[in-house]
Amino acid sequence: MWKRPIFWLILAVSALFALLPLWGDNATLRETLILVAVAMILAANLNMMIGYTGYVNFGNVVAYGLGGYIGIYLTTVRGWNLMAAALAAGMAVSLFTLLFGLAILRLRGAYFALATIGVLEAVRAFVSNFPPWGKAAGLYVPFTAYAPLGGAMRAVWLTYFLVVAIFGLSLLVSLLIKNSRFGLALFAIREDEDAAIALGVNAPLYKARIYAISAFLPAVAGALVFFKNGMIDPAGAFDLTISIEAIVMLMLGGQGTVAGAALGAALYELLRNYLLTSPSLSSFHLVIAGALLLIIVLFSPDGIIGWIYRLAPFSRRILE
Amino acid sequence: MSEVLASLLDGLFVGCIYGLAAMGLSLIWGVMNVINLSHGAMIALGMFGVYLLYSHLAINAYILLLPVMAGGFLVGLAIYWIAVHGVVNRPQLMSLLSTFAVNMIVIGIGTTLWSTSPYNVNFELSGITIGPYTFTGNHIAAAIAAVILAASLQLFLYSARFGKAIRAVADNRDGAELMGISSAWVLMVAFGLGISLAAASGALVAMLFPFTILSGGIYELKSFVVTVLAGLGKPIGALLAGILLGLLEGAVTPFVAVSWVPLIEFALFVFVLVFFPRGIFERML
Repeated sequence: MWKRPIFWLILAVSALFALLPLWGDNATLRETLILVAVAMILAANLNMMIGYTGYVNFGNVVAYGLGGYIGIYLTTVRGWNLMAAALAAGMAVSLFTLLFGLAILRLRGAYFALATIGVLEAVRAFVSNFPPWGKAAGLYVPFTAYAPLGGAMRAVWLTYFLVVAIFGLSLLVSLLIKNSRFGLALFAIREDEDAAIALGVNAPLYKARIYAISAFLPAVAGALVFFKNGMIDPAGAFDLTISIEAIVMLMLGGQGTVAGAALGAALYELLRNYLLTSPSLSSFHLVIAGALLLIIVLFSPDGIIGWIYRLAPFSRRILE
Repeated sequence: MSEVLASLLDGLFVGCIYGLAAMGLSLIWGVMNVINLSHGAMIALGMFGVYLLYSHLAINAYILLLPVMAGGFLVGLAIYWIAVHGVVNRPQLMSLLSTFAVNMIVIGIGTTLWSTSPYNVNFELSGITIGPYTFTGNHIAAAIAAVILAASLQLFLYSARFGKAIRAVADNRDGAELMGISSAWVLMVAFGLGISLAAASGALVAMLFPFTILSGGIYELKSFVVTVLAGLGKPIGALLAGILLGLLEGAVTPFVAVSWVPLIEFALFVFVLVFFPRGIFERML
């Protein structure tokens, strides 16, 4: 894998992300970049479901939100170390999705997509009524929880570097899976599930596995980001809009490609930032995102990456 | 005991509206295999349609159902040509995304025009009082309107020539084309009808409860549950499943906090999807 240019490109971009805000201690840039990194984590992991396997997961934000809840619960109520809590959150969410995936991934196509909307709504309704997690009001991180990490200031920087690391890891995992036997089986399921089964691919098991894998890193990231934000509530953690935006990012960049997922996420997040802060356009950001999605779906379903590949065919060798 | 009965009766009335909302979704899904994710936005447009007409005309709000449905039909035709026609034959992901894009655009424009603060239609029919409980006229009228619309859709699909053409296209598009049915025309009208039904259900809801531009989302989700319960393309089935869902809500609310209801509904939804993927009425209707 280290012979491929994309591998080094991913490392270089991650390093750039980590170093840029350090230069001049730029907190504004850091906050922008962490949003971009989170968007990239969500899009890259969603790509394994939509781009590789061909299954639309409208509930992809569930992993992120549940990870956040478990992380905050373990650190503030149980007094765990942040890293241990984040890892535990990732594993718990992955296990949950694996078991759940074995049940609902017998559904195909659109029925699975609908079931994921159901999962999102059911999890949100459950958390909104779950007393240990503060019901609808959510959980807050008391200021003292940052003390073991050397104060709030240091904690914010630490979570930033960790999130950037997870972003790099997400892209590397996507790349690794894409070039593995496991990845080939997923592509076979995407192209024709019946044919794949006939050739000996255990489709329900493979689908459940990729469902669980694509939940792990977003859950860890959720634990870190919500800890950094200092609060979590059901409406913010399980927002269908975030799930949908991750899908828009993926379509914008080009589903099925590692570079496309990252590029789409970065571009969409920067565009959204611009629209939200611009006074005349802020209420229009949904309209513009929607129009963008519609145009991509109708006219350019392989996204920006597809366009780049057609324009400069040699770029495929670098980016794949 | 009487409290439970009253709650059940209330669930019955509201359930008819759930059924009506789901009929639009189920019709489009069944005929062209497109899951219309702009369904909630269309329901919300129906709500604002009746609100705007009523605040200008101030006549019996139930008469306004007709212009709202006609408007919904036209909006449906436009959306079909802009966003759906090009993706009908492509993988289902594409139509999910294109209809969701329409949803984002409509909700975005609606939020700019009307913000997300609640509106309501101040139109009250006199109700019926049974013992300590009063059922407002609006609830009863909404249920009656929903049943009439469901019956007319059923009649249209099974008796009218064009309705039969819609069912033929739903069964086998190529076969229908060979019999001389222009499927593009049929798909467009079916989409228009689906949106028109969504708008009608929104209009009926608007006369019952306060609403915002985002309120359609709740009914969209309930429509998914109802459609999955009922199976595709059966208006009477959708009505029955809607009533079933309404009765379930009515039966549950006296005993558990209202905030648990969505969890119960979606657990049921996932359960039915996994174990009865063709709906619970498969053998009956």
